Amino acid sequence: MFDLSTMKVGSKSEIIEIENSSIKSKLIEMGFLVGRSLEVVFKAPFGDPIAIEINSTVISLRKDEANLIKVRKKN
Amino acid sequence: MKIALFGNPNTGKSSVFNLLTGLRQQIGNFAGVTVEKREGFLSLGDKKYSIIDFPGAYSLYPRAKDEKIVYDLLTNKNQELYPDAALFIVDAANLERNLLFFTQLYDLNIPLILVLNMWDLTAKRGIELNIEMLEKAFPGVQIITSNARLRMGKERIIQAIQTLNLTARKTFFLEDYQVAEINDQEKQIAETNLRYEKIKKLIEEVEKVKETKTDAFSRKIDRIIVHPIWGYAIFICVLLTIFQFIFSFASIPMELIDGIFTNFAAYTSQFLPAGVFNNLICHGIIPGIGGIVVFIPQIALLFFFIAILEETGYLARVVFIMDRLMRPFGLNGKSVVPLMSSVACAIPAVMATRTISNWKERMITIFVAPFMSCSARIPVYTLLISLVIPKIYYFGFINLQGIVLFSLYSLGLIAVLAVSFIMKFIVKSEEKGFLLLELPSYKNPRWPNIGISILEKIKLFIFDAGKVILAISIILWALASYGPNNSMDEALEKTKKLKRFSLLSKVDKDRELASAKLEASYIGRMGKFIEPAIEPLGYDWKIGISLITSFAAREVFVGSLATIYAVQDDGATKTRLIQRLKRDKNAKGEKTYTLASGVSLMIFYVFAMQCMSTLAVVKRETNSWKWPLIQLIIMGVMAYFSAFLAFQLLR
Repeated sequence: MFDLSTMKVGSKSEIIEIENSSIKSKLIEMGFLVGRSLEVVFKAPFGDPIAIEINSTVISLRKDEANLIKVRKKN
Repeated sequence: MKIALFGNPNTGKSSVFNLLTGLRQQIGNFAGVTVEKREGFLSLGDKKYSIIDFPGAYSLYPRAKDEKIVYDLLTNKNQELYPDAALFIVDAANLERNLLFFTQLYDLNIPLILVLNMWDLTAKRGIELNIEMLEKAFPGVQIITSNARLRMGKERIIQAIQTLNLTARKTFFLEDYQVAEINDQEKQIAETNLRYEKIKKLIEEVEKVKETKTDAFSRKIDRIIVHPIWGYAIFICVLLTIFQFIFSFASIPMELIDGIFTNFAAYTSQFLPAGVFNNLICHGIIPGIGGIVVFIPQIALLFFFIAILEETGYLARVVFIMDRLMRPFGLNGKSVVPLMSSVACAIPAVMATRTISNWKERMITIFVAPFMSCSARIPVYTLLISLVIPKIYYFGFINLQGIVLFSLYSLGLIAVLAVSFIMKFIVKSEEKGFLLLELPSYKNPRWPNIGISILEKIKLFIFDAGKVILAISIILWALASYGPNNSMDEALEKTKKLKRFSLLSKVDKDRELASAKLEASYIGRMGKFIEPAIEPLGYDWKIGISLITSFAAREVFVGSLATIYAVQDDGATKTRLIQRLKRDKNAKGEKTYTLASGVSLMIFYVFAMQCMSTLAVVKRETNSWKWPLIQLIIMGVMAYFSAFLAFQLLR
């Protein structure tokens, strides 16, 4: 299990859990559902924020926000 | 009939809105909040429809202030704006996520039209949608395809509006739907998960993906646009271009407007009978209106560029690369564009903060924007620099005067960062700042959308902020043109009796009289009255007068000094004024304009909120007098103490 923010650019992974926080419901509403696959498409300098492609949309998240998403690597 | 426009962000909602209402729209605020409310009108036959565009949201449950409007509206049927029906706009290529909010509205039993917008993208992405199947899943809802950016689908939407079925539905997506409390996150999450489970099953029936195609074009561009080096280089170039346009090209129409109003005032004064009424019209109202209209070129240019950045999808990338750098200061990636445009003028800059959805970050940006040195400060800076800073060159090419000018600009920028850093801890906000932003795919800008956006901003400025600007400029005019009792007449008589007066030419006589009048006016009195307070800064009452008059706009400072010293205005170089000021001595026989008092004045103008138009716009944008007044006081206090310090250290 990894934090999404630690994933490298171009790597694909699958969501296994979303940690509790005030934005948990927002993340779920935007389509970050357990079992969905996502890809890190690019990162800003200092690795923050990062851009994720999920359900063929690109969404940017701050590192703190990405840390709430736990993922499993996919090949 | 009231029709609401709902949908996720980036679904082309405003394109649909513009398509339906064209120029028949007005913007205002939702009651009590500073979120933009766009209302448009549509008449079909003898029926009139009011269409209200609500802020984009992913669900009924709000995470930010602008989304809360939708929740408040839909949970209270007695609200004035509660819609009779709603158009729900979705990105057809991203149906699953879009349906979440839609099914909530469906269960609230609002008569609905579902608009599958950006229809052309489905084919491009290799997606096939079975609309009949979708209609079966939501009985009573009309489903239409459109492509609002290409102006396609208008007739279909209009037809659907005319044949709206307003009777209550008996079917639900989730049975016995109860809207969760606004703070009950657990219940909201449970609902969202349940909905998504059902939506997923529905999508499996409705949507066929032939092959997953990513947006290769956008990906390719993004490789450069968000590149750690090229990304910033491109952004700086974009900013410089915008800045250059506003800074230099806006001056041409601005001078034209200025000339037209000056001539118009002169022309009118000849035709109206002389007297108070003539004075009020020609010296109060016409220049006052001119002072509002003159900002239009800058506003139009800035919003032309911002609309392009937004329409193409570039603005979201700017936020992406700037977010980390701005965050330590309590600002947002989106604060960059307003702050940079503030170097030209704070007025369009403050209006441009509407793109910042987080309330706290927006307030801080509005608060600090006027610290950036705007173009109106340049005449003040250049006059004072040539007055007190010697023309010395270091290493043969570095000009001391240039260094001082650069330092003044830097001081403004430092103030921006320092004040926003402090405000980060002071401004309280329940909203947690988050980014969670969609980076839309790159698109060509749509000119009608851009045109409408520019017109809206101009209308907003003229009709809302304009009132305050006009009122203040008339007050300032009255204070400068009238004095207590007959002090002005006495002052004029006294001047005329002076021995040297009879020797002067007609033009010089007029100038001497204008100077005497200003000194005897209420503003002249006020200048003298505040002299003890500004003496520690190194200023005399003449500077005091100019400080008060330049509250209208900073550049008025120069003109006022010219009037007080009765010097001929000789264009941009101001040589005569500078010579006159260099000779000026105070009561003790010391020079008025020394290095100490000059630098003190420059620093005063870096910090002080000497601009009624900015105050009026801040009032408009924050919907209260609280923020502009705090701004006026804090900037004034900072200006006073830094000027005091500068004068005392340098004297």
